[in-house]
Amino acid sequence: MSSFLAQEVPLSWYLLLSAALFSLGVVGFLIKRNLITVFMSIELMLNGVNLSFVTFAHQWHAVKGQIFVFFVMMVAAAEAAVGLAIIIAVFRARATLAVDRIDLMKL
Amino acid sequence: MNGYLHLWLIPLLPFVGFLINGILGNRLPKWLVSTVALLAPLAAFVAVLDAYASLYPLVPPVCVPGNCANAWHYISLPYVETCPMPWIRIGALHIDFSFVFDQLSLVMLLVVTGVGFLIHVYSVGYMNDDEGYARYFSYLNLFLFFMTVLVLAGNALVMFVGWEGVGLASYLLIGFYFQKKSAADAGKKAFIVNRIGDFGFLIAMFLLVANFGTLTFTEIATKLGQDPGWTGGVVTMITLCLMLGAAGKSAQLPLYIWLPDAMEGPTPVSALIHAATMVTAGVYMVARTHVLFDHSPFALGVVAIVGAATAIFAATIALVQNDIKRVLAYSTISQLGYMFLGCGVAAYSAAIFHLVTHAFFKALLFLAAGSVIHGLGGEQDLRKMGGLWKKLPITFAVTTVGVLAIAGIPPFAGLFSKDAILYAAFLQGPNGKLLWFVGVVTALLTSFYMFRLWYLAFWGKPRSEDVHAHESPWSMRGPLLILALLSISGGWIGIERSAGWVNMERFSGFLAPVFGARGATEGNAQLELTLSAVAVGVALLGWLAAYLFYREKSTVATRLAGALPGGYKLLANKYFVDEFYGATVVKPLLGFSKYILGWVVDVGIVGGAAWLLGGIALLTGAILQRWQSGNLRSYAAWLAAGAAAVLLFLLVPWTMVLAALPAIHPGVAGH
Amino acid sequence: MHLILFIVFAGFCLAGAINLLLQSHPINSALSLIVVMTSLAVLYLLLGAEFLAIAQVIVYAGAIMVLFTFVVMLLNAGREDRTLGSRAALRVGFPAVVAILAVIATVILRAQGLGVARLSEGITSTEELSAVLFTKLLLPFEVTSVLILIAILGAVAMAGHDGGDGERTGGK
Repeated sequence: MSSFLAQEVPLSWYLLLSAALFSLGVVGFLIKRNLITVFMSIELMLNGVNLSFVTFAHQWHAVKGQIFVFFVMMVAAAEAAVGLAIIIAVFRARATLAVDRIDLMKL
Repeated sequence: MNGYLHLWLIPLLPFVGFLINGILGNRLPKWLVSTVALLAPLAAFVAVLDAYASLYPLVPPVCVPGNCANAWHYISLPYVETCPMPWIRIGALHIDFSFVFDQLSLVMLLVVTGVGFLIHVYSVGYMNDDEGYARYFSYLNLFLFFMTVLVLAGNALVMFVGWEGVGLASYLLIGFYFQKKSAADAGKKAFIVNRIGDFGFLIAMFLLVANFGTLTFTEIATKLGQDPGWTGGVVTMITLCLMLGAAGKSAQLPLYIWLPDAMEGPTPVSALIHAATMVTAGVYMVARTHVLFDHSPFALGVVAIVGAATAIFAATIALVQNDIKRVLAYSTISQLGYMFLGCGVAAYSAAIFHLVTHAFFKALLFLAAGSVIHGLGGEQDLRKMGGLWKKLPITFAVTTVGVLAIAGIPPFAGLFSKDAILYAAFLQGPNGKLLWFVGVVTALLTSFYMFRLWYLAFWGKPRSEDVHAHESPWSMRGPLLILALLSISGGWIGIERSAGWVNMERFSGFLAPVFGARGATEGNAQLELTLSAVAVGVALLGWLAAYLFYREKSTVATRLAGALPGGYKLLANKYFVDEFYGATVVKPLLGFSKYILGWVVDVGIVGGAAWLLGGIALLTGAILQRWQSGNLRSYAAWLAAGAAAVLLFLLVPWTMVLAALPAIHPGVAGH
Repeated sequence: MHLILFIVFAGFCLAGAINLLLQSHPINSALSLIVVMTSLAVLYLLLGAEFLAIAQVIVYAGAIMVLFTFVVMLLNAGREDRTLGSRAALRVGFPAVVAILAVIATVILRAQGLGVARLSEGITSTEELSAVLFTKLLLPFEVTSVLILIAILGAVAMAGHDGGDGERTGGK
C-alpha cells in the first residue's frame, strides 16, 4: 500500500487531464445553448491549456512556461471582461441569450 | 552580271493603285481615278518589258531548225529574287517571299499585264456611268496585284497567296452589283467552289512539305532529278491534289459550275478574270509544277481525261444557250479543257501557247459582247438580237475576227495553238488517238456554236424593238482593235517559215529551258499537215452547219429541237448539274447545318454547356449558402473539425499508416 | 501522497467540467467552473507552481468567475430552453472532438522522455518568476497591462450605454 501511495505521478497523466479538460470545453461550446455558458466553456479550454503549460514547465524546469500561464491568465481576464460586455450589449439588442437566436450574421 | 531586276515592282504598282483608288477613290475626280487605275497595269507592263530587256537581247536570233533551243541567250535564268526578311523558319523548313522570273513567267506576265491593261482601258468607257467606278478599278488593280504575285511566285506558298487573292478579287468583282441577289449569290458560289479546289492545293502543299521538306519549285525539281525512284505513289497523290486545285480555279469538271454564274459580273471582268487570266492560273500552276506531273503518268492521264471530258461537255452545253455571255463562258470552260489536255499529254508549251492565243481571242470576244450589250442598252439574250452588222460595224468586224480565231480557221491564232495540242495528243498512243478524236469533235462543236452566236447576234433582221443601238466610244473600240490584231497575228510566233506547217520550235524553244525538250514537236511533218487539214475541215463543217441552222428564215434549229425535246431540255438546263449538286451537296449540308449544327450542337451542346455551367454555379452557391447559417454552434463545429484535420495531418505519421495498410488487408497488397 | 492528491483533485476537475456540461442553469455551470479552477490550483501546487496556484485562485476563481456570476444575475439568465439546435454541431463537431482527443492522447502516450512529477525538486519560487518577468519580459508585462486597460475601456464603452443601442427589442 505504501509503495503504491509512494508512487510518483507520471507527467503524462497531467497532460491527459489537460487534453480531457480541453475536449470537454469544446464539447461544451458545441452543445450549450446559453451564451454565457458557452463563454464559460471557453474559459474551461483555456484552463486546460494552462495545465499543460505548467506541466511542461515542471518537466524542463523552465520558468518561461509559468510566465506564459501568467500571461494567459491576464489575457483571459481581459477577454472575459470584454466578452461579457459584448454579451450584455447583445442581450440589450436581442433580448435573448439563446445562441441559436443570435444569427444576424447569416447570409 | 546583269543588274537588279526589281521584280517586286511588278506586283507593287497595281497594289498601290488599289490602295489609292480603294481608300481615296470616292473623293477623287473621275479622271484621276482613271489615270491611277490605268497607270498601274501600264507601269507593270513596262516593268515586265524592262525585265525582259535586261535579260534578253532585243533582237531575237535567227532560228535554225533543230537548234532553236540554243539560239536564245539567256543570262542566269531562272532569276530568283528573295525578300531579305525571312518568312517561315521551322526547323529545316525554310519558306521565304521569293519571286522567280523565267521564260514561263515572262510569257504569263506579258499576257496578264498586257491584256489587263487593254481591259482597263476598255473599262474606262464601259463603266463610265457606274456609281462604283472607283471601287471597280480598285478591285481590278487588286486582282492584278494578286495575279502577278501568283505568276512570279517562287514557291508554292507565295503562289497560294496569289491563288487565294485572285479568288477574293474574283468574288468582289463578280458580286460587284451586290444589290442584285443573283450577283451576290454568284460571287459566293464562285468563292465556295474555289475553296474546294484550294483544299486540294493545301493538301498538296502539306504532302510536299512532308516528302520534300521544301515548297520552292527549283528545289523540288532538283530533288526529283537526283533521285530517279520518285515515281507514282506519293507523287501521284500530290499531283492529283494539285489537279483538284487547278480544277477549282480553272473551272474543269466537276468544279466548273461557278464560271457560268460568274457572268453576273461586269463584262470587262468576265473578259479579264474569267477568260484571260484567273482561270488560266490552274494551267499555269500545272505548268509550273510540271516536274511532279512528269513523274506520274497516272496523274498526267487524269489531267488529260479531265481536260478532254470538260472540253466536250462544255461545248455541248454551249450549243443551246441563249445568253451571249453564257455561250462565251461555256466556251471558255471548253477551251480550258483543251489546255489541260495539252498539259495532260505533257505538251506544256502547246498548252501555254493556247493559253496565250485564247487570252487574245476570248478577251476580244467578251469585250465585243460587252460592246453589243452596251450598245443595246443591256440586252443579253441572243434571241432578241439581230441585224447588228449595220449598226455596230466595228464590233461586228472584231467579233468576226474572234469567231474565226476560236473556230480554228487559218491563218488566225486559234488554229496553231489548238493544232499543236491535238497533234501532241495524237502522238500519245491509242489513248492519245481517242483524246485527239474528242478534241476534233469539240472543235466541230466549237465552230458550230460560235458561228451560231455570230449569226444570231449580227445577221438577219433586228429582232428587238430597240432601234437605238449605237457603236461604242473609242475607249472601248481601241482595245478591241488591238486584241483583234493580236488574235490574227498571235499564232504566228509558232510558225517557222521554212519547214513544217506548224513548227512550234520557236515558241517551244523559247520555253525549252523551263519544260525540257518535251515541248518540241519533232517528227512527221506530213502527219502534222494531215491532222491540221482535218481540224480545218471540221471547223468549216461547223460553219456550214451553223449557216444552215441559223440563217434567215431557217427552221432547222427549231425542228431539231422539237424532234429531240429531251435532249434539248438536257442541254439547255446544263445537264441539270447545278440541280444535282444542289440536291446532293447543298441541301444535305444546309439541313445538317440547320438541324444538327444549329439545334443539336449550338442550342443543345454549347447552349446546354453554358446553361450547365451557370446551373452548377447557382447550385454550388445555393449549397454553400446554407453553410453560412449565422449559427454560432455550427461555426464552432466546423472550426473544431478544421482543427482536428490539421492535427491529424500533422501528427499522424501517414507514411507509416499507408505502409501498414497492406498488412491489414492482405488481399490488396502488391497492386 | 502525491498520487492520492492527484487522483482526488483530478477527479474534482473532471467532475466539475462534466457538471458544467450537464447543468441547465448557467449559475450552476458557473459554480462548477469555480470547482474546476480551484482544483486546478491544487494541481499547480503539486507541480511546484506556487505563485500560479495562488494567482489562479485570486484571478480566475476570485475575479473572473465572480464577474461571470454577476453577469448571469444581471441578465437574469434562466434555464436554457430547447431551441433549434444545430445539426452540424452534432454531426461534425463531435467526431472532430473525438478525433482531437484521440490524436492528442496518442501523442502523449507515445511520447518518450516524459518523466514524473517530483514534488521535491520542481518548486519554482516567486522570486524566480518575478526575476524573469520584470527583467527579460518586462515589455510583454507592460503591454499586457495596457491590454487590460483597453479591455476595461472597451467593457465600459459597450456595456455602459443606457438605452443607447438598446432600443431594439429584437425580434427574430
